[in-house]
Amino acid sequence: MSALTIENLDICYGESKVTHDINLSVAEGESFALVGESGSGKTTVLRAIAGIATSWTGSITAFGQARSPGIDRGFARQCQMVFQDPYGSLHPRKTVDATLSEPLAIHGIADNGERVDEVMQSVGLDRRFRFRFPHQLSGGQRQRVAIARALILRPKLLLLDEPTSALDVSVQAEILNLLKRLRREQGLTYLMVTHNLAVVSFLCDRLAVMRHGRIVEVASADQLKRGALEDPYSRELIQFSPSHPA
Amino acid sequence: MSALLEIENLRVTFPTARGPVDVVKGLSLTLGRERLGIVGESGSGKSMTGRSILRLIRAPGKVTADKLRFDGIDLLAQSDRQMRAIRGARISMVMQDPKYSLNPVMTIGAQIAEALLTHQKLGRTDIRGRTLAMLEAVRINDPARVLGLYPHEVSGGMGQRIMIAMMLIPEPDLLIADEPTSALDVSVQAQVLEIIDDLVKRKGMGLILVSHDLDLVSGYCDRILVMRAGEVVEECIASELRNAKHPYTRGLLAAIPRLDEDREELPVLQRDEAST
Repeated sequence: MSALTIENLDICYGESKVTHDINLSVAEGESFALVGESGSGKTTVLRAIAGIATSWTGSITAFGQARSPGIDRGFARQCQMVFQDPYGSLHPRKTVDATLSEPLAIHGIADNGERVDEVMQSVGLDRRFRFRFPHQLSGGQRQRVAIARALILRPKLLLLDEPTSALDVSVQAEILNLLKRLRREQGLTYLMVTHNLAVVSFLCDRLAVMRHGRIVEVASADQLKRGALEDPYSRELIQFSPSHPA
Repeated sequence: MSALLEIENLRVTFPTARGPVDVVKGLSLTLGRERLGIVGESGSGKSMTGRSILRLIRAPGKVTADKLRFDGIDLLAQSDRQMRAIRGARISMVMQDPKYSLNPVMTIGAQIAEALLTHQKLGRTDIRGRTLAMLEAVRINDPARVLGLYPHEVSGGMGQRIMIAMMLIPEPDLLIADEPTSALDVSVQAQVLEIIDDLVKRKGMGLILVSHDLDLVSGYCDRILVMRAGEVVEECIASELRNAKHPYTRGLLAAIPRLDEDREELPVLQRDEAST
C-alpha cells in the first residue's frame, strides 16, 4: 500500500501560489527526499501534509485516508513532523517530560509515564534528562527530544524538515544513524526535506528535485550515487554539493 | 613582509558557578595575507577566537594573551575608542545570520552608508555611488531598488551579500567571517564564497573563515586549524586535510556522509558524556 499519495497539490500563501501541481507517491516503509533550493516550495509541501499550511487544493492521502485542510487528529496520529531547528522547536519553559507528554494529553491517551520512558530510550536519551529544560541540553540531545515527540504517538509516517542542518557534522552523523535505526526497527516511512544530497544518499531510497514550486525530476538514490540525474537543474545541484568529489 | 596578525597564547575565560572555564586555551597563530580556515564543532572556541581578535568579548569574559598584534598594533593595549576606529575600518567581521545582524528598521542603503560614514567623511553623492558600486560587486541585481528596501524584504542570500557589502565597504585589511554561509543554500553559498574570494584576491585582504563545514573550508582556504575544546589539535595545508593525522580530525572527516554513500552506519566520535 502507498503510505502517502499527493495529487495535483497547489498550495497558496495568501494571494501567491507556492507550489504547482505536485504529484507524489511514497510507498510504505520507503524513505523519500525532497531536494531543491530555498524558496522552491519543498518545506511548504511538508507543511500542507502536516496541516500547518491550510490553503491548498488537490488531494493528500496517507494510508488510504484522505486529509482535509486544517486540524485532523486522526491524521496526526499517523503522521508527525520533525522541524529543522531544535533550538526553536522546543518550548523553552517546558521540561522534556512535559514536551513528550503533551501529544498524549491532546490525543487523550492515558498513560502513567511508561510511554515517555520507552520513547526516550528508543531515541537514545538517558533517563536523567527527563526533567531537564531545553537549555540544559546540547543541540543533538534537543533534536533527539524533537524526534521523540514526533514518535510518541507511534505514527507510521514521519515528515522530516532538514532534521540535521542545524547540527555539527559529528552530531549530524549520530542523528542520521538514529533515524536509520528507527526506520528499520519501527517500519517507519520518511518524507524528508533537505538540501544536502549526501544525506539523501545515506538515508533515502528515492528523491524528487523541486524548483520554483514544481517537481522537475524523480529519481532513485542509486541514480544520485552514480551522478545519473537527467534534469539540467538536478545536475547543477550535484555540482554545487560540497561533498561532490571535485 | 611582517605578519598581518600575530597571536600567542590566547586565552578566553568565563567565570561559572564551578569556577573559571577556559573556552580558548592558549591558542597561537600567525596570519599573513592569506585565507585561514578555523574548523571545529560547536563549543570548540572557534567563534570566541574570532571575537577576541576584535575585542568583542565583554565582561565577565576575560581575554589574555602574550601577544595579540595586528599590523604592528597591540590590540590588547588599545582603548575602547581606539578599538572602534579599528573595527570595521581595518578588521571587519561577517556574522552568521543576516536575519539577526541587519537592523530591521533601517533601509539597506542607510545601513551601508552608516558603515562608510563612521570611518570617513564623504558627500552624499559619493556615498550613494560607493554604496551602489559595492552592492554591484556582491552581485545584487538592480542595486538602486535594493537601497530603499528593508531587511525583511530581501531573501536570506541577499541579506548575507548585503552584510558582506557592508563589511567590505570600508576596505578592511582583515576579514573575519564567522560561518558566513551556513544559513544559506548550497547554490547561494558558492556565490557568496566566490565574492569573498574575489575581494580577498583583488584587495589583498587577510581572511579568517570560521566554520564547522570541513568540506567547505578545505576547498576554499589555504591553511586550516582544527580546534577542539579550546585547543588547536591540528594545523595543515587545506589540500592536505584528507590526509589529516589527528584522530579527532579523522573522526570528523569520517562522519560526513558522501554523495556516493554506501556505509550502513556513519562512524561517530566517542564522547565523555553518556549520550549527546
